[in-house]
Amino acid sequence: MIGRPGSAATTAAVAAAVVLALAAAPLVLAPYAVTVLTRILVFALLAMSLDLLVGITGLPSLGHGAYFGAGAYAAGWVTLHASPSGPVALLVALTAGGLVAAAAGCVAVRARGIFFLMLTLAIGEIVQQLAESWHEVTGGSNGLYGIPAARVGGAALVGDQAVHWWVLAVAATAAAGLWLLASSPFGHALRGIRDNEARMRALGYRVYGYKLAAFVVAGAVAGLAGGLLSAQQRLVTPAELGLGTSIPALLAVTIGGAGTLWGACVGAAVVVLVRDHLGASLGGHGSLLLGAVFVAVVYLLPGGAARALSMPRRRG
Amino acid sequence: MPAWLDTHLVSVLNGLAIGFLLFILAVGLSLVFGMMDVLNLAHGVLFLTGGYMAWAIAGEHPSWLGFAGALAAAAVVGSLAGVGLSLATERLARRSHLDQALLTLGLALIAADALSVMFGDDVHAVGPPPGLDGSVSILGSAYPVYRLAIIAVGAALAAAVHRIVERTALGALVRATVADRQMVSAVGIDDRRVRVAVFGIGSLLAAVAGALGAPIYGVRPGLDATVLVLALVVVVIGGLGSVRGALVGALVIGQIETLGRSLLSDLASFVLFGALALVLVVRPHGLFGDPSGTRS
Repeated sequence: MIGRPGSAATTAAVAAAVVLALAAAPLVLAPYAVTVLTRILVFALLAMSLDLLVGITGLPSLGHGAYFGAGAYAAGWVTLHASPSGPVALLVALTAGGLVAAAAGCVAVRARGIFFLMLTLAIGEIVQQLAESWHEVTGGSNGLYGIPAARVGGAALVGDQAVHWWVLAVAATAAAGLWLLASSPFGHALRGIRDNEARMRALGYRVYGYKLAAFVVAGAVAGLAGGLLSAQQRLVTPAELGLGTSIPALLAVTIGGAGTLWGACVGAAVVVLVRDHLGASLGGHGSLLLGAVFVAVVYLLPGGAARALSMPRRRG
Repeated sequence: MPAWLDTHLVSVLNGLAIGFLLFILAVGLSLVFGMMDVLNLAHGVLFLTGGYMAWAIAGEHPSWLGFAGALAAAAVVGSLAGVGLSLATERLARRSHLDQALLTLGLALIAADALSVMFGDDVHAVGPPPGLDGSVSILGSAYPVYRLAIIAVGAALAAAVHRIVERTALGALVRATVADRQMVSAVGIDDRRVRVAVFGIGSLLAAVAGALGAPIYGVRPGLDATVLVLALVVVVIGGLGSVRGALVGALVIGQIETLGRSLLSDLASFVLFGALALVLVVRPHGLFGDPSGTRS
């Protein structure tokens, strides 16, 4: 089930209303608020792609920033050196995220549970080291800067509103794609693997293939989100690939409640607001606040906000 | 002496020093996981805490007293933190392993931020104690004495940990708990006390490794993530819950980190990943891991 009990039509109607509200937001909000909203959208897409792994397939990844960063670097590099086209950059970002995920996934999906967490963490840090040392392409620790504005349909994406609408259009399309995938037979097979891997194997499913496919799709969508990041902030640094991205992404999924996709979006909004907004106003202790939220969620909200909202509380 | 070893002897020795340091760090991570399925993602912060103890107490030009004091302080703080972590994760014992790992991750974020508030964001250097701050000539190249001392201390600690785990009653209890926890409590042993003890000692070793490593690595924010990843790779390669595996894994990673970097400087990250991938493809539970003892 996706989200609360209800028909697909209700879900689609709610989603359409949310997208419309987000599209109208730049008309009423101040420029800074629009930027924050755009950042939340990018991060929400990343969190949803991670939820496909964590919540739906049962593979807790702590290295998802690697594929996000791979997409961001690929999009930034293409926009800088090859083509200013926005769609081309995103296509390259999607491919780059998928390819890096395919290479890492061949090794990582052999492991299960906490072992998987350790492996993805180690692989993610290794990819970050690579980004820092491969100066010719990634610009080393300075990163890629001076990325020109992407061009969509003949016009450059200049200004917060244009960027916001571009990010919203792409993120909403990708989110719909993830939702369709999660409710397809493929998505149900992934849930089956999460709940009882041995039984799925006995039924004749090629579990390794399914897990690898989920890992590659999640990596590709994370890469797409990275491409959006590069289009928005026009600067890509090695920090994008590391734990600084992977931890908040996993936190967003945990806060929202793994396995619902929409919960991850809510979690992403909470994380960005707490870390960038509240953290900045308290003297830059964003990671302290994130840690505190982490501890509080683990103790107080087992199953995340989605579970707390959608399950009637039992007495006794 | 072959010419190859002649040119790379310094790298090999550096690898040994880092390898033994990594063993002291990783053995606690490995045993805590093997015994109670808790992946302690705060392990890197414990190392960093030990490093800051060394900087705050011993400083850049420490006396022997200062250095010993730093080691003692690291040991005390580390073991207290370990007991605290053990009690914090104990409350979640019935929940998924992911929840316990996330809890330690949250605590690690809080602790890392607290450390940067207390000690600032600068890179600090820590000197070795007097007598160990010079260098000796080995085959014509100068080599820091402190690193030789680390090799000796690390080897001695490794031997001691190995002896305790393999030869004493406490060690037998630890190994029994790794192998079958239900059976240990079924025969009437209070495994909660073993749990607290192992968590405390593992964390103590991590903090002491941080203090010992401070003259080599320095102390800086972000070091916690670097060493946590190295320790995780060590544990994955060696096999969870195995002391011997942690030792072999640590020595292998030590060589990859130094010899690999000097031979193939640009490819070192790939070599680390390649070693990880190779071990996992050939032996999915690590070199010394027991497939039946590894719970997902």
